[in-house]
Amino acid sequence: MPVSNLLLVILGLTAIAYYLGLRRSIRVAGAKGVRSLESLPSYYGLLTAVWCAVPALLVMLVWISAQDAVISNLVLAQLPADYSHMSPAQLTLVLNDIKNIAGQNIENATSSDAIKAAAEHYLSLQRIGLASMSVVVLSLAMLLTALLWKIIHPKLQARQQFEFIIKVFFLLSSLLAILTTVGIVLSVLFESIRFFHLVPISEFLFGLDWSPQIAIRADQQAASGAFGAVPLFVGTLLVSAIAMFVAVPIGLMSAIYLSEYADRKLRSIFKPMLEVLAGIPTVVYGVFAALTVAPFLRQFGESMGLDVASESALAAGLVMGIMIVPFVSSLSDDVINAVPQSLRDGAYSLGATQSETIRQVIIPAALPGIVGGILLAISRAIGETMIVVMAAGLSARLTLNPLEAVTTVTVQIVTLLVGDQEFDSAKTLAAFALGLMLFVVTLALNVIALHVVRRYREQYE
Amino acid sequence: MQKSVSIEQPVMDNMQPAKSIMVQSSKDTDFEFTGTVGNIAAANPRMVTRNVDVFYGEKQAIFDVSLDIGTNEVIAMIGPSGCGKSTFIRCLNRMNDTIESCKVSGEIRLDDKSIYRKKQDVVQLRARVGMVFQKPNPFPKSVYDNVAYGVRIHGLASNKMELEEIVVSSLRRAGLWDEVKDRLDAPGTSLSGGQQQRLCIARTIAVNPEVILMDEPCSALDPIATARIEELIDELRENYTIAIVTHSMQQAARVSQRTAYFHLGYLVEVGETSQVFTNPAHKLTEDYITGRFG
Ligand SMILES: Nc1ncnc2c1ncn2[C@@H]1O[C@H](COP(=O)(O)OP(=O)(O)OP(=O)(O)O)[C@@H](O)[C@H]1O
Ligand SMILES: [Mg+2]
Repeated sequence: MPVSNLLLVILGLTAIAYYLGLRRSIRVAGAKGVRSLESLPSYYGLLTAVWCAVPALLVMLVWISAQDAVISNLVLAQLPADYSHMSPAQLTLVLNDIKNIAGQNIENATSSDAIKAAAEHYLSLQRIGLASMSVVVLSLAMLLTALLWKIIHPKLQARQQFEFIIKVFFLLSSLLAILTTVGIVLSVLFESIRFFHLVPISEFLFGLDWSPQIAIRADQQAASGAFGAVPLFVGTLLVSAIAMFVAVPIGLMSAIYLSEYADRKLRSIFKPMLEVLAGIPTVVYGVFAALTVAPFLRQFGESMGLDVASESALAAGLVMGIMIVPFVSSLSDDVINAVPQSLRDGAYSLGATQSETIRQVIIPAALPGIVGGILLAISRAIGETMIVVMAAGLSARLTLNPLEAVTTVTVQIVTLLVGDQEFDSAKTLAAFALGLMLFVVTLALNVIALHVVRRYREQYE
Repeated sequence: MQKSVSIEQPVMDNMQPAKSIMVQSSKDTDFEFTGTVGNIAAANPRMVTRNVDVFYGEKQAIFDVSLDIGTNEVIAMIGPSGCGKSTFIRCLNRMNDTIESCKVSGEIRLDDKSIYRKKQDVVQLRARVGMVFQKPNPFPKSVYDNVAYGVRIHGLASNKMELEEIVVSSLRRAGLWDEVKDRLDAPGTSLSGGQQQRLCIARTIAVNPEVILMDEPCSALDPIATARIEELIDELRENYTIAIVTHSMQQAARVSQRTAYFHLGYLVEVGETSQVFTNPAHKLTEDYITGRFG
C-alpha cells in the first residue's frame, strides 16, 4: 500500500475511532445518562481518535526513516564477494547505482548483472517493507482503538487526558523552534571555537588588519591571512550610526506627528504608506543605494571639492536609515498611542499647550518604549546585509570617514562564503566567528530592548 | 410616601416595596422632558451656559442644558451614572475638544465671554478653569514634579524656594503632605489610588485656577481624606468658583450651595441645595435622592 493511501486509511480509522469512542461512552453511561460521565462524550471520542492516530503515525514515521538504511545494508550484504572488499565510499557509489536502476527502471548498459540483480532485490525488499509497515501500522491503530473501547468507563477522565496530550503537542512544537535555535547557536559556537584554534581570539577581537586571503598552495604569495576584525566592527558601527542618525529623528518625528497632530483621515493614509517602506525587499534598497544614492553623493561631493568613494559608508547608511524609519516610527507610534489619554487630559487641564504636553508628558512617559524600539532598530541595522553588500564596499579599511568605502561584518560573512570553499580553512571558519559576534551583539540588544519595553508596559497595566 | 428627607441620610427604608414600580416609571420612554425645574440663574454668575447640546458622533449626550455657576459658589451636579455629568462639566473648560467625535453647541461663557469663540485660547482657558478628573491621572513623574509641573509651565514661581513653597502648601491643602513628605521623589504613579486622587487635586490647585471643576474627586477616598477634601472645597470657595460632580448625596448636601440634578442628558432640576434635598420639585429628583432610582 503506498504511503499516501495508508495515510488516508489511518484518517478513516481515526474518524471511526472517534465515533466508536463517542458511542461507547454513551453506552457505558447507560441509563444514568451522559451527565454521569467524567467528561463530555465527545472527549471520549477525541481520546480514542488520538490513541488510534498518533502512535500509528509515529511508528510510520520511524519506519519510513529507518527502512532505507536497513534495506541498503541487506542489499549490500547480498552482493557477490568481489564487492565486499570495497571501501565505504565505493560502496556508496554502488548503492547509488542500484537505487537509480531500482527507482527509474532504466537499463544502464554499463551496470553489471550483479548490480541489476541487486536492484531487483532492493525493489522486492522495499515492497515487503511497505507491506509489512502497512500491516503493523494499521493493526496498531486498530488494536489501540479496541483497547480504548475496552477501557472507556464513566470514571475515565477523558477530557483531562485529551487536554494533557494536546498540551504535550504544544510543548513539542515550541520545543522544536527552541531546539532549532539552540542547534544553530551551538553549531556557530563550535565552528567559532575551531576558528579560534587557528586564529587566537585576541587577534580576532583586537587585530586591526583584515585580509582573509589564505593561500590555496603553500608556495603562493600572502600565504597567511590576517583576521583582525576591528575594521569590520568599526565599519558596521559607522554604517549603523549613520542609519540611526537618519532613522531616529525622522521616525520619531513622524510618529509624533501621526499620533498627536494628524487627524484620523490623514493618519489612515500616512501610516500604511510608511509601513509600505518596511515591505520593500532590502535588495531593492541595495540597488537604490548603489545605483542612485552613491553616484549622487559622489557627484555632489565632487562639486564641493570632496573626494567621495563610489561605494561609501554614507550611501549605505543613508539608505539603511530610510529602510529603518518605519521600524522606529511604527514602534514609537504604538508606544505613544499606548500613553493613556487621561495623561494628556491631565496636562491640558493644567493649561499645558500641545507641544508642552508632548515634550514634557507624553515623550517622557513613552520614552522607555521608544528606547526599546530604537534598540530593536539598531540590531536590525547591524544585521542588515543586502544594502551594505551592494553599497558599502568590500575593502576592510579602518576609518571613521563616512565618505570612504568601508565593509561590515555581514558583508564579510557573505564574501567569505561566496564561491568554492574548503570547509575547514580558517577563511571559512572566520564566517562563523563573525556570525557569532553578530549574534551576541544583536541578542544583547534585543534582550535589553525587550526588558525595557516590558518595564514600560507594566507601568500602564 | 415621605415628602421631605433628612439631609444627613437619604431615607432608605420604606423603599423596597416601592422600588419596582418606581424603576418602571422612570424608563427612558416614560420620561418626558418639559423644561428644567427651578432657577437656573445665579445671582452673580461666573460661568453661564445656555442651550448646550453635546453629541458623541450621532449620539446626543446632553440636551439643551442652561445653567449658571455663581461666583464663589459650589455647585453640585448629581444624577445617575451615564446621565452626562462628566460630559457637561468637561464642556466648561473645553476638555471635550480632545475627543474627536465630540461636538458641543450652544452658549458657554466665562465672565461674559464665550469660551467657544474663535479667538479664545484654550490653553489660557484651561489655566483659568482647572479640572480634577474622575479617574486619578498622575503623570509618570515624581510626586514633587507632578505638583510643580503646572506651576513651572505657567511661570508662577520665580525661584526654587517659591516653587517648593507652592508645592508643599498645595500638598498640605489636599491633605496629602503627611503621607508623601518623605517620598517626594517617588513616582506619582506609585501612590495608592486615593493618594493619587489627592495628588491630582494638589496639582490642580497649585496653578491657582479661578474655576475648579471636580469630577467625583472623592470617589477613591476614605472618609478621613474625604473630610479633608470637603474642608478644602469650603476653604477654596472664598476665592474660587467650584463645580463638583458627586455620587454622594451627603457630600453634595455638605459642600454645595446649589445642586443640579441631571437625568439622561437633561438638566431636570436645579436650585438651592437645601431646597433640592428637602423639598425636591421634580418627581425624578425626589426618586433619586431618596434612593429609589439610580
Ligand atoms: N468618549 C465618549 N464617546 C462616546 N460616548 C461617550 C463618551 N463619553 C461618554 N459617552 C456617553 O455619554 C453619556 C454620558 O456620559 P458621562 O461620562 O458624561 O456620564 P456621567 O454622568 O459622568 O456618568 P458617571 O456617573 O458614571 O461618571 C453616556 O451615555 C456615555 O456612554
Ligand atoms: Mg462621570
